[in-house]
Amino acid sequence: MSVLADIAIVALLLLGGGFALIGSWGLVRLPSTMERLHGPTKATTLGLGGLLLASVVYFQLRLGIWTAHELLISLFLFITAPISANMIAKVHLHRTRAGAATERDSIAGAPPRPGGEGDEGADWATFAAPQPGTPASTASD
Amino acid sequence: MIGIALHIAAGCIALALVLNLWRLLRGPSLGDRIVALDTMVINAIALIVLIGMIGGNDTYFEAALLLAMVGFVSTIAYCKFILRGDIVE
Repeated sequence: MSVLADIAIVALLLLGGGFALIGSWGLVRLPSTMERLHGPTKATTLGLGGLLLASVVYFQLRLGIWTAHELLISLFLFITAPISANMIAKVHLHRTRAGAATERDSIAGAPPRPGGEGDEGADWATFAAPQPGTPASTASD
Repeated sequence: MIGIALHIAAGCIALALVLNLWRLLRGPSLGDRIVALDTMVINAIALIVLIGMIGGNDTYFEAALLLAMVGFVSTIAYCKFILRGDIVE
């Protein structure tokens, strides 16, 4: 039982560390911003999930302490990782449309417009006029 | 066996942090820097968890939980500032 637990902990640790390294290596190596977004947001959360699972097993089987913090951390990260990735993608789309980011597109090309290729009027909702009554709309008054 | 694996994993995380720092300094666009900062926070959480396991101390996980929350909120605040020019509307 103890040997099995050791093997499981070692496998989870190496998996987690390897995936974290692969995610950051993808952040360095991939050619465009949209592709660079892919590496860390998937591989690093999987790597951190492996490390946190290893920590749960380690503290339970080796030291006899039951800690639920790791499960809380991994649940929180799995909820927040897609949200922050979506926000970063919106920032990149917004800056590309505004002409602030002058970077070449990836192999797949620029993302299509939401209404189809011919619809020049429609665009991704990355920027809107400030709502009335908010500080952003009253700042210029 | 577990001690060796812990130190190998810590070395992987340290190398990943160096790679993130390279991307954070190099750029080229603002989105890359936000991604690099977000990944650095996640790798720092992994390093804190590993340090807690090496020391056999479960007090570090509160710090990891707090860092996860602060990292998420700061990423969202930065993105909101770029998109809207304002954080709390």
